[in-house]
Amino acid sequence: MNYFEFFSMIPEISLLAVFVVIFIFDLVATGRYRRIFHALVCLLMLGHIYVCIESGDKEVTLFGGMYYSNSMIAFVKAMLVFGSSLVVLQAHRWLRSTHALAKQGEFYVLLLSTLIGMFFMLSARHFLLFFIGMELASLPLACLVAFDKYRHHSAEAGIKYVLTSMFASAIMLYGISFLYGTIGTLYFEDMAQGLSGTTMQIFALVMFFAGLGFKISLVPFHLWTADSYQGAPTVVTAYLSVISKGAAVFTLFVILTKVFAPMTAQWQMMIYAVTVASITIANLFAIKQNNMKRFMAFSSISQAGYIMLAVISGTAQGMSAMVFYILVYIMANMAVFGIIETLQHNVEGGELTREHCNGLYKTNPQLTLLMTLALFSLGGIPPFAGFFSKFFVFMSAFDAGFLVLVFIALINTVISLYYYLLIVKAMYITPNDNPIAKVKCDMYTRISLCACLLGIVLLGICSFVYIGIDNFAF
Amino acid sequence: MTIPAQFYLILAAVLFFIGVFGFFTRRNLISLLISTELMLNAVDINFAVFNAYSHPEHLEGFFFTMFGIGIAAAETAVAIAIIINVFRNAKSIHIKNLLDLKH
Repeated sequence: MNYFEFFSMIPEISLLAVFVVIFIFDLVATGRYRRIFHALVCLLMLGHIYVCIESGDKEVTLFGGMYYSNSMIAFVKAMLVFGSSLVVLQAHRWLRSTHALAKQGEFYVLLLSTLIGMFFMLSARHFLLFFIGMELASLPLACLVAFDKYRHHSAEAGIKYVLTSMFASAIMLYGISFLYGTIGTLYFEDMAQGLSGTTMQIFALVMFFAGLGFKISLVPFHLWTADSYQGAPTVVTAYLSVISKGAAVFTLFVILTKVFAPMTAQWQMMIYAVTVASITIANLFAIKQNNMKRFMAFSSISQAGYIMLAVISGTAQGMSAMVFYILVYIMANMAVFGIIETLQHNVEGGELTREHCNGLYKTNPQLTLLMTLALFSLGGIPPFAGFFSKFFVFMSAFDAGFLVLVFIALINTVISLYYYLLIVKAMYITPNDNPIAKVKCDMYTRISLCACLLGIVLLGICSFVYIGIDNFAF
Repeated sequence: MTIPAQFYLILAAVLFFIGVFGFFTRRNLISLLISTELMLNAVDINFAVFNAYSHPEHLEGFFFTMFGIGIAAAETAVAIAIIINVFRNAKSIHIKNLLDLKH
């Protein structure tokens, strides 16, 4: 065996190096060095984005075809690292609080190990590597959800997350075992040749899809989402809703188009039903949510439904539309969660609700403006990036011939605009005698919010971003 | 005389659906954990049987089984740790005390 193959996995190995540096720094640093810990982590992660993009020049196939990487996968990895560094930037204030301060290093280490798991998930071309990556991504995430040890809600959310994720992976593995039984191999390349759409293989496909559906929180499998999102610390909720979802969606797309290519008719039918259910039901539930994190949970379920519109097409166009959608979604969602995280420190009980947002414009005009832009982007109002990402996603589904599906999604966009605008209305119009007092963001949060603002405003207008992504597809 | 593969597969299927049934009906967190373990073990049996009977030329199924066992152990460790945390906070590990989220 050629051990030098390990060094060709540049994004994974360099992330592992970052991991080790942070781990050792956490062990040895004391006193004044401790104060630069957060800045060090942020810099290392921002540097790692560059490493990921640099590694994208060449195609890499390692370990007899188990591991594969090309420019698209390298770009998605860079995107995930970028999203995670936004999460880390926003975590500064929360990590300064008394309970979290002692566990500061643990937070970074757990976050990075989930990221390594997602990298393996994205690059896997064998079901064993895929499974290990998925578990490496979801187990530390369960620890992160239950991170606030002394808050009952955090533990409750954690147990709900870990049990459903175990249940989901067991179901997925049962499906994979039948695929193995009928084909006799677990390499993605070879499996496509052995698939013919027998009853057992359809059964396996459904089980497999159910397992990943839990990760992406599509509708029949979404029941854990709202509770886990609400109970988890806000930065972890942000991480769950953008990064872990983005990685899972990309992997699902790769597996459906690479492995299940001979069964396209079957999985398109399945995704059709799931997409309609996700968008519609999540939108209806989101309207009546009062708690902001719960509201964002249902919003993220419906956004996942929109992403599935790109997956269902299964074309190169669909892939670039999906990656662009995830990029824009990271920007908009991180802005909203950053603001929730900032505001909830000033709220009694630490749970931000829609009533708390009433009259926010009077005291925090800048935050209100950013929140408005982010919600407009999520809802898909024209000048902002969200409109363009939705447009590309709809285009890809339309070109693949799913006219009725696009029509249903369009109707749902109007419903989603209603509940996004409810919050905008609360912030600007609804009168309130004592709105949340003026909040001062720390420097890190300010940087991340500025990055989000730039992304929301510019990503749609600067057409080279989408064209650049489009060049990588397949 | 060898035992036919179907018998093993039926055993695995029964085990798996006992796990699913337990996951939906049990009301104690440890029982839920045991149910998911049953499901994962059923998967391990499936992989080993398919490897031994249908595709004996490679060992992919056995490797999957071994990794599956290892990862199931890791999952159990994390889940037990969180259950202990729940017990410290709620003084119980019964599902009915885990309804605080939502309102």
